[in-house]
Amino acid sequence: MSGSKVTTLADAVATYVRDGMTVALEGFGHLIPFAAGHEIIRQRRRGLTMCRMTPDILTDQLLIAGCVDRLVASFFASGSAGSLHEIRRRVEHHDPKPLETEEYSHYGMYCRYEAGAKRLPFQPLLSYVGSDLPRLNPRIRAVESPYGEGTVYVVPPLNPDVTIVHAQRADARGNVQMWGITGAQAPAAYAAARVIVTVEEIVDPDVVRADPNRTLIPAHAVDAVVPVPGGAHPSYAQGCYDRDSAFYREWTPISRDREAAVAWIDEWIHGTAGHEEYLAKLGRQRWAGLQVAPAPSGSVSYGRRKA
Amino acid sequence: MTGDETLSGVAPHSTEFLASVAARELAGRRRVFAGVGLPTLAVDLARRTTNPDVELVYESGVVGAHPEAMAEGIADSVLVSGAEAMLGMDALFGYVLQGGNVDVGFLGAAQVDRVGNLNTGLIGDWDRPTVRLPGSGGACDIIASAEEIVVVLRRHDPQALPSEVDFCTSPSPVRARQEAGFHQPSGFGVAAVITPLGILRRPDRYGELELAAVHPGVGVDEVRAATGWPLRLASDVAETPRPSTEEVRLLREEIDTVRLYLR
Repeated sequence: MSGSKVTTLADAVATYVRDGMTVALEGFGHLIPFAAGHEIIRQRRRGLTMCRMTPDILTDQLLIAGCVDRLVASFFASGSAGSLHEIRRRVEHHDPKPLETEEYSHYGMYCRYEAGAKRLPFQPLLSYVGSDLPRLNPRIRAVESPYGEGTVYVVPPLNPDVTIVHAQRADARGNVQMWGITGAQAPAAYAAARVIVTVEEIVDPDVVRADPNRTLIPAHAVDAVVPVPGGAHPSYAQGCYDRDSAFYREWTPISRDREAAVAWIDEWIHGTAGHEEYLAKLGRQRWAGLQVAPAPSGSVSYGRRKA
Repeated sequence: MTGDETLSGVAPHSTEFLASVAARELAGRRRVFAGVGLPTLAVDLARRTTNPDVELVYESGVVGAHPEAMAEGIADSVLVSGAEAMLGMDALFGYVLQGGNVDVGFLGAAQVDRVGNLNTGLIGDWDRPTVRLPGSGGACDIIASAEEIVVVLRRHDPQALPSEVDFCTSPSPVRARQEAGFHQPSGFGVAAVITPLGILRRPDRYGELELAAVHPGVGVDEVRAATGWPLRLASDVAETPRPSTEEVRLLREEIDTVRLYLR
């Protein structure tokens, strides 16, 4: 079809992700673009500034693999599995080297993407009054309201070189549909110079156009569309497969031991040619355990004007 | 002792005890913003006991959750399936929270100090901390705009309850007020802290925490010795009622059947 942006994950990362770039990998506990992150590891990118509201295991892995020098984030642990030990080693012991971090609250980080997407010089929010966060992070600044409501804290725009997100589906031109928890994906995409979207499936444009309210990122904001079924593992894709909670629990002891973590990266990422091989290595039985029972939405009618 | 008495005899430091006490704090509250871990158990228990109509809000965008199983985290798919609304983060943090629609924010912390400042950032030196904690997440945003905050602590000692936090992630109005000229947050800040020894309350917006209740078998002096400042006593220090056998049964047999949070 005309205007198709469908490509492979290896090509998309090779084309758009370069050493030293600022890269946002978004997905709030859901639809985390793990497969794309793993491909960045495979291609041995270096010196990245990584932006993620909730760094999660994905950030731990990119750090262990040596891809990331700076982290811009609003939470430094895994949602339910506790500490991310590579992050802690880097921050607490500078082992194997220090990690530069830039820290916000969740809403502050979200507002950075919003300001970035809207090309605003800053965005105000009512958080941080009395907090030490602005003292830790001088990028959180204060502005006096011109309308006499007092001074408020503001955050600067975040404009990544590349934003990468994962979604349930898109058409070949890159109209991206997602449902469930949709996090900061839309503003992070609009804030970025380039956008890569990995999806569970590429669907016919008619499927997208039958339900336009479900399109969160329109094709005009997208540069590359990559079919990567299972691309959010070990996180999940609502309605497709569930979170691999056992993996999250297994990661904690791996992450605690740097040698074990490096060995994991070698075996599971460098040792697999791509995500298909990673899933095959995971095994059918494990994948079957993540399947969910169907719970289809009711459908609505958009109507058509009669001729 | 019969089996039923054993259930209600769970130790005050047990998760069952803390979750039951926390669930009772939610009686009569309309909209609760729940964090991960123990708050998950407490809101689930409250929904089955003290407050069947409580509206559960999660920072992931879930509003009016009706989970069919216990959520493992605030982004669990079970919170999404069957929810009343799924909002974007602009709507969740901007309209629901900052817009003033949350009655209670339910948070954990590594440290809570005398006036209710919360530390979830770091212990020790700012540049090279002894312990790097998870950071704010939504906590700094929640404390500013939720009507009030309930905190559950897993430990009660002078390190967890210092006179002043090592790092203030989420500020009390006492600290916010010191920033003259700033638009002051609407939230009351920390109203109650539930610990393994008792319940501390902060009756005044610009006041300090005081001991409102001790758990069964715990003495007032023991609590004061375990607190990092000279803890004031409320005019009437009560004894926390034990969890009922039904509350403990629900937690063990219907809510956390895999003992993820119950340890």
